[in-house]
Amino acid sequence: MRAVIIGCGRVGSAVAKELAGEGWDVTCVDEDENALTRLGAWKGGFVVGHGMDKDILETAGAVDATAAVVATDGDNSNIVIGQILQRRYSIGCVVVRILDPARAEFYAKLGLHTVCPTQTAISTLTEAVRACETGIVRQVTG
Amino acid sequence: MYVVIAGGGKIGSNIARTLVDMQREVTIVEQRRDRFEQLEAEFGHSAMLGDATEIAVLERAGIARPPDLVLAVTGDDEDNLVISQIAKEGYGVPKAIARVNDPRNQQTFDLLGITQTVCATSGLLALVEHEVPEHGLVRLLELRQEGLEVVEMQITGDSPAAGKRVAGLSLPEGARLVSVTRHGVGEIAVGQTVIRPGDQVIAILKPGLENQLRRALVG
Repeated sequence: MRAVIIGCGRVGSAVAKELAGEGWDVTCVDEDENALTRLGAWKGGFVVGHGMDKDILETAGAVDATAAVVATDGDNSNIVIGQILQRRYSIGCVVVRILDPARAEFYAKLGLHTVCPTQTAISTLTEAVRACETGIVRQVTG
Repeated sequence: MYVVIAGGGKIGSNIARTLVDMQREVTIVEQRRDRFEQLEAEFGHSAMLGDATEIAVLERAGIARPPDLVLAVTGDDEDNLVISQIAKEGYGVPKAIARVNDPRNQQTFDLLGITQTVCATSGLLALVEHEVPEHGLVRLLELRQEGLEVVEMQITGDSPAAGKRVAGLSLPEGARLVSVTRHGVGEIAVGQTVIRPGDQVIAILKPGLENQLRRALVG
């Protein structure tokens, strides 16, 4: 099974290594050739270029990919590239990282599988404080 | 009429000025502070500082009213795509026009349903093509939604059409001559119009017939 990862930063490279470890045929795309160093001893594919570029996506194997992860450092680039992969290449599993919770929610409604680390952080931190509060209340009442 | 303009560079600010002169209500959104300050000096409270790809910023600009028209004219194609999509699909804005900065991204605007686009680079390229008519056929206008285009060709002494009447030409089905220009004067092409060497002819056709049309007219 082939996966393309657009954006080989901290998140993209780690996802790439995880998937490759599970037997996926993974190709990463990044504008910066130095991003390859994040992958360590990498046996998968690596293409230098912009994810909006048709030729770059096709070189990376978008045509016959079963999954794609889009995690460049630009929300709007991710939104657009995710939709290209979904619509032009009919990739069934396209997951897009969007940092802005409002845009993540909007595009989720439009049928894009969005992941919003900011929202996750907000929920986790709020939950953590709630848990402390419960602890404090228990201490007081106990 | 209410218009929201995303992007306050040369294009956005000039459009805003024109619309204000036409007594239209305008909000122009710019994220760079230096540009915003210039816009504010000229347009007052019609200028807004912020990233127009953020939904909260668009809402402050009145996207929920909704505006009659949204112009996404920033220098970034991804931003223009996202602004147009939020406007049309999120808020039912009847018309969004997007600027395409890199002509290679045109297909992405089409793919994502942003059909009304303007690309200055393509326009300039067409003009360059016009000055250097290497292929004998110059695209003047592309009516993408209608599936038609308007082209111009230069007739020479060797052209198969030279000396013939329009009615006697065997043009491909789906192509028609519109006009013949001789010594700078254009005439509507009718059946009796005779085509001469040196003429410029304008034709309307379905995309894909360019080569057939060129063979029939200029060889």
